[in-house]
Amino acid sequence: MSEDNNIVLTVNNIEVIYDHVILVLKGVSLEVPEGGIVALLGANGAGKTTTIKSISNILGTERGEVTKGSIEFMGEKIENLTPTELVKRGVVQVMEGRHCFEHLTVEENLLTGAYIRKDGKKQIRDDLEMVYSYFPRLKERARSQAGYTSGGEQQMTAVGRALMARPKVILLDEPSMGLAPQLVEEIFEIIRDLNQKEKVTFLLAEQNTTVALRYATYGYILENGRVVMDGEARSLAENEDVKEFYLGISGGDKKSFRDVKHYRRRKRWLA
Amino acid sequence: MSPDILNTIEVILNGLMTGVMYSLVALGFVLIFKASGIFNYAQGVMALFAALTLVGFQTGQIPFAHLINDMFGTHYHNWGVGFNNFIAIVLTILVMILFAWLVERLVLKHLVNQEPIILFMATIGLAFFMEGLGDLMWGANIKTLDVGIPSGGSFWWEDVTRTWASAGSEYYGMYIDVLDVWAAAIAVLLVVILTLFSQYTKTGRALRAVADDHQAALTVGISLRTIWVIVWSIAGMVALVAGIMWGSKSGVQFSLSLIALKALPVLILGGFTSIPGAIVGGLIIGVGEKLFEFWIGPLVGGATENWFAYVLALFFLMFRPQGLFGERIIERV
Repeated sequence: MSEDNNIVLTVNNIEVIYDHVILVLKGVSLEVPEGGIVALLGANGAGKTTTIKSISNILGTERGEVTKGSIEFMGEKIENLTPTELVKRGVVQVMEGRHCFEHLTVEENLLTGAYIRKDGKKQIRDDLEMVYSYFPRLKERARSQAGYTSGGEQQMTAVGRALMARPKVILLDEPSMGLAPQLVEEIFEIIRDLNQKEKVTFLLAEQNTTVALRYATYGYILENGRVVMDGEARSLAENEDVKEFYLGISGGDKKSFRDVKHYRRRKRWLA
Repeated sequence: MSPDILNTIEVILNGLMTGVMYSLVALGFVLIFKASGIFNYAQGVMALFAALTLVGFQTGQIPFAHLINDMFGTHYHNWGVGFNNFIAIVLTILVMILFAWLVERLVLKHLVNQEPIILFMATIGLAFFMEGLGDLMWGANIKTLDVGIPSGGSFWWEDVTRTWASAGSEYYGMYIDVLDVWAAAIAVLLVVILTLFSQYTKTGRALRAVADDHQAALTVGISLRTIWVIVWSIAGMVALVAGIMWGSKSGVQFSLSLIALKALPVLILGGFTSIPGAIVGGLIIGVGEKLFEFWIGPLVGGATENWFAYVLALFFLMFRPQGLFGERIIERV
């Protein structure tokens, strides 16, 4: 990672255990530079969501616990802060599967995002307009119950709700889940917009490696609770192994597990 | 109108009034259940405790007098002066808020993420504890509670309704307890306030957000612990209102805590998560049991009021388990 960037979020070698027995993260380290979009890639169960949740500190509600390592935000240790305290400092998570407040209207959903803010009605109103300018569709649906809006609109509501907290970093978990490819592009375009215009830094867990690497600046690949590879998004996208194992592009001729070389390469990833 | 019709109207009116009283208790359950998914078994005891505390402040009792006297051989029972109604009520509200805070601190905080049944058991324990605490603090004798709400039959209404009867029939007017009318008015006011609060304030919105999705509420920085203290405080105030009404009607005594049992069928009817449901459920049960007693009671030997509500609830469980107004489960197709 280039030296001139300020690192806002650092995860140092954390280990996470669920229910006192299940070891999920086996030493994950990563850095998020200010103004970057960092992608956290990997298959199901690799530990992407757990990493995100240990940063936002809502693991406790699932009986998970960070047992080793530390997490720093702007140079301060944050692993013992409550979620409320974290949101106040500007670290906001958008959960996988949207998690809108179903019985609240879209606008009420957005307003709950500003729950911790104390800077007055006027500013909150302005930010609401700002969110509507990025997501014009939400303005049309402002008065409908969030539970009855479409998946894409719910994802927009969830991102908009996070924006209402005036965050420095948004931890975005699987924004593409269950959305049509077109909509995924649309959401990622808005994320890039927000990143450039509103100066929001993103840490983004994503299974859709192709799209994520196209929009991200830097990427980490997780397997079985470990970071197995990291690098600039562009170089990751061109890496032969990443291409083969995550992007589904193989170098021409068919590969088989009988092919020893291929098998070794795959094995090295999982070790 | 013939006396028969007038009698039926009288039964319905009285049923509505009783129903309002049931609703008041059910309301406290709904508030806590909605926000935290806990069925608070202690709601009835909270009403008793609130009423006891109120009487204690009014009459100037010394809390824990018996205990203190036994330990130190003294004979103090009373400060000599009590507070007036308003101050006593304010003080009682403060006690209920303190109680909510303590419950969060000592009980709920340690049981986060436990199974609902464990939380339910905890509230049962809480109920027993508060029963004992109430007795220990204020004594176990039956007390009268009077906060200045008028009570007794309304003569005016009796006179008015007497003129409705057809000429020549023997009819002496309807009986309606003024206290019941007051209770109904206060209950309506309470519901209006609660609805406005939850719809139009920031905290109310946060309460509804927590009711929808705990984890998502955490991610926007809503502190569940604060919300729980608020919800239990509100439930404590609702318990106080219920305690005042029931206490003025039938005295402050242990049986007050049993009104919680009557709230159960109300909740099953109205749905555990709906404030309007608690009100309508209470009214249906109130009117239903009075009419049933009036019409069918004589045929089966009376005393149907004891079981009617539960049988009705049973039918509801079979045909509409989420209740009349239970949270509509949003399912997109």
